[in-house]
Amino acid sequence: MRHRRKGERLVAVALLGFLLFNYPLLSLFSTEGTVLGVPVLYAYLFVSWGLLIGLMALVVRNSG
Amino acid sequence: MLNTPLILVVSFAYLGLLFAIAYYGDKRAEAGRSIVARPSVYALSLAVYATSWTFYGSVGRAADTGVGFLPIYLGPTLMFALGWVVLRKIIRTSKANRITTIADFIASRYGKSTLLGGFVTIIAVIGIVPYISLQLKAISNTFNILLEYPEIVSPAEIDPGSLFADSGLYVALVAAAFTILFGTRKLDATERHEGMVAAIAFESVVKLVAFLCAGLFVTFGMFGGFGDVFGQARALPEADELFMLGGPDTGYGSLFWLTVLSMLAIVLLPRQFHMAVVENVDERHLNKAIWLFPLYLLVINVFVLPIALGGLVRFEGGVNPDTFVLALPMAEGQQALALFVFLGGVSAATGMLIVETIALSTMVSNNLVMPALLRARPRVREGRDLRGLVLGIRRVTIVIVLLLGFVYFRVAGEAAALVSIGLVSFGAVAQFAPALFGGLFWKGGNRNGALAGLAAGFLLWAYTLLLPSFARSGWLPASFLEDGPLGIELLRPEHLFGLTGFDSVSHAMFWTMLVNVGLYVGVSLFTRGGATEHGQAALFVDAFREPAEGARLWRGTASVEALESLLARFLGRARARNALARYAAARGLTTSEWTEADAELVHHVETLLAGSIGAVSARVMVASVVEEEPLGIDEVMDILDETSQVIAYSHELERKSRELEAATAELRGANRRLRELDRLKDDFVSTVTHELRTPLTSMRAFAEILLDNPELPRAERARFLRIVVDETERLTRLINEVLDLSKLESGRAEWDIADVDLREVIEESATAASQFFAPRRAKLRVRVPARVPLVAADHDRVKQVLLNLLSNAAKFCDTEHGRVVVELAVDDGAVRVDVRDNGPGIDPEDQEVIFDRFRQSGQAMGDRPSGTGLGLPISREIIRHLGGELWVTSARGGGSTFSFTLPVAGSREDAARARTAVGEG
Repeated sequence: MRHRRKGERLVAVALLGFLLFNYPLLSLFSTEGTVLGVPVLYAYLFVSWGLLIGLMALVVRNSG
Repeated sequence: MLNTPLILVVSFAYLGLLFAIAYYGDKRAEAGRSIVARPSVYALSLAVYATSWTFYGSVGRAADTGVGFLPIYLGPTLMFALGWVVLRKIIRTSKANRITTIADFIASRYGKSTLLGGFVTIIAVIGIVPYISLQLKAISNTFNILLEYPEIVSPAEIDPGSLFADSGLYVALVAAAFTILFGTRKLDATERHEGMVAAIAFESVVKLVAFLCAGLFVTFGMFGGFGDVFGQARALPEADELFMLGGPDTGYGSLFWLTVLSMLAIVLLPRQFHMAVVENVDERHLNKAIWLFPLYLLVINVFVLPIALGGLVRFEGGVNPDTFVLALPMAEGQQALALFVFLGGVSAATGMLIVETIALSTMVSNNLVMPALLRARPRVREGRDLRGLVLGIRRVTIVIVLLLGFVYFRVAGEAAALVSIGLVSFGAVAQFAPALFGGLFWKGGNRNGALAGLAAGFLLWAYTLLLPSFARSGWLPASFLEDGPLGIELLRPEHLFGLTGFDSVSHAMFWTMLVNVGLYVGVSLFTRGGATEHGQAALFVDAFREPAEGARLWRGTASVEALESLLARFLGRARARNALARYAAARGLTTSEWTEADAELVHHVETLLAGSIGAVSARVMVASVVEEEPLGIDEVMDILDETSQVIAYSHELERKSRELEAATAELRGANRRLRELDRLKDDFVSTVTHELRTPLTSMRAFAEILLDNPELPRAERARFLRIVVDETERLTRLINEVLDLSKLESGRAEWDIADVDLREVIEESATAASQFFAPRRAKLRVRVPARVPLVAADHDRVKQVLLNLLSNAAKFCDTEHGRVVVELAVDDGAVRVDVRDNGPGIDPEDQEVIFDRFRQSGQAMGDRPSGTGLGLPISREIIRHLGGELWVTSARGGGSTFSFTLPVAGSREDAARARTAVGEG
């Protein structure tokens, strides 16, 4: 049961990632301008990637 | 300082270290103290995904397309999020069936099909050779560039030299030596190579550190941090295209397809399958790898963009971006760093070469050569020890595959960038996806569907991706791409049927997946699979269920001796004997009396063999020593259907009978209650009519007397009329009380709950009740403490109860010296009111009866009282509704005490709960 729940949570994270890295959310960040000197698009991709990995680690840890 | 001898010495020292680590790893494994059986090593070994493509090619692609290199790493992240569902199932299934390659997996799933296994192997080899050539090309180029120090040249400008002066050849040979040494040392049923895994994990660390060093140097040594690199790059003419999406290779469609492609590749590439599934020591290691491996990819990619942009700014287009990682330190005179980066590139490339060739050689030997050999030369089946043969086949395959890669690289030349070569390979292995994932989750997928989908997908892949890459290398005329074959424009390989708007990889992925998935599903739906397929399908799809015992789809006879000698030919005599002895011991059999093999044992032997020579060959070998009675498809279906149906039916039956029992018990109870209610209703109706008839009869009698005797004296007439009026009142009261009781019982009564001071109620009632006491000259005393908590109740209803109790007390108290006491006491959370009389008392057996309707203790006394017989039932109903209790304590001759309690106002919730409880009960 616990395994199943963990699987479901991770699938949800994967779907979230798929949304984050594709059109149309991605297009919102394809703009000029920078965040702390880093182009918005680069910053967005790496930060959301990192958060996604953090979320996966969290799910794995908390689901036993 | 950077000269050939130095580079060679350092390189060989590094490779020597690699050999040493692998050797140490193997030794530790043999001693039973594994150094790779930990989750972090597992995650690092998965990083074999990061090859020269990542190390050099990503920068090249980033210099071209900005973030266009990223989907290749985002895809695996997403797939690992799905890993707990997908990868864990593949690992579980593979371990249960001793599956050692992806070809084996697909062949096993579809009924151990020789054809399918061979076909997957051929696709894998054809698809992977360009990928291998990519690694050799990267090492060869960077080696040559390093040699030209301090000049920085483009790979295209360097004369590749003669065949034997090419470093690529030697790298290929060293990789072959390593793989043969550590990948094919012995024939193992689990096909695990701990030393190799240790070396690969080490290489993953080296390439990561080397790349980070280069990145740190470029970002913080040559530039003033990230902001500075990006700021200077802003001045580049192509800056907009690099900083934003929408370029030719970074359309949203391309990003989508690249993500999907890499999601598939991370599972389907033979080396990833080998590392993630076959070399997996413990399924639980996935827990850590799920996030650690994506994190590795994230970290190794952080500096890709700074290096790419830094290179563009520094060289202004004079250097091939694929070599920026190396060229930048060289241009800055950092010789040691350049050498370290070169080593990082070597580690990235060799890691891939080693694992990929192990996986491919296992595939070729198990799914291509052995089955063919067993078929073509049946005598091989009777040979002696075949271990040498199998290992020989693998060693030869390793050398051939690596040399093929080298030849491809020499012939294809400089035409393509690293990444585009790699993507061609990704496209090839992606063709396994429908058969593998479909087979893992859908029992309906069958061999015909898998074959049709694979064949069509592979042909389309070759046409839309491989042939165009040949055309670019000049092996095919350029017109093939531009005008289509034979000038048929509709068939242009990169714009099939006139489809435009896709880049070449997305275009190929769209067509191949459309056809592959379509045929796999379509053909599976409209054809019927073979006999063994159904069993295998159930085994794979239901991998997480407990296996059903005794439902082996096999019927036949074999001697244990024959099976043992068969095993011995692949495992060696000692290990074969051991394996069987363990099997026998686990089942409590002694070897001496054990001659006839059962289905279970035959299956066990087949699984053991499958680890060494693949499922397909194992099946052929076992079949050669077993007298098998062939099972028809119908029989297999019957057995499968029967067992699963019988199990399902019996579960269903158990459930049904349990439900029936429960329902019956419920019905019985309901029936009992209904009968009881029916009886009560009958009683009630007959009592009520009886009670109604009494006053009516007397009224009628007196009315008739008055009618018949008009001359009655006036006083007499008045007396009779008074009786009629009294009886009418009694009748009205009776009817009112019946209505009141029915309202109370059905819950339709209206309540006005408020905080009530019981002292007031008692005073009021006592005053009102004095009319009952006066005619009997009985005394009423009230004893109430000074302070009484308020109760939550309906004032009028409580008064109704008290009046009822007082009138009863007045009726029944001693006729001479009647005394009635009302007392109020505070109990724990409740207030108790006692009404005590000094009457004759009530028999114990009557004490509950008096609370029934129309039962009066007067009946027992033979004296008809004036009450209706509903007062006490109504009072009890009211008190219960208010959350209290009403009861009587009495003894014959000792008077009676009627008591009731009411909850204190603060505990109103308790009262509410009590009310609902009463309501439900």
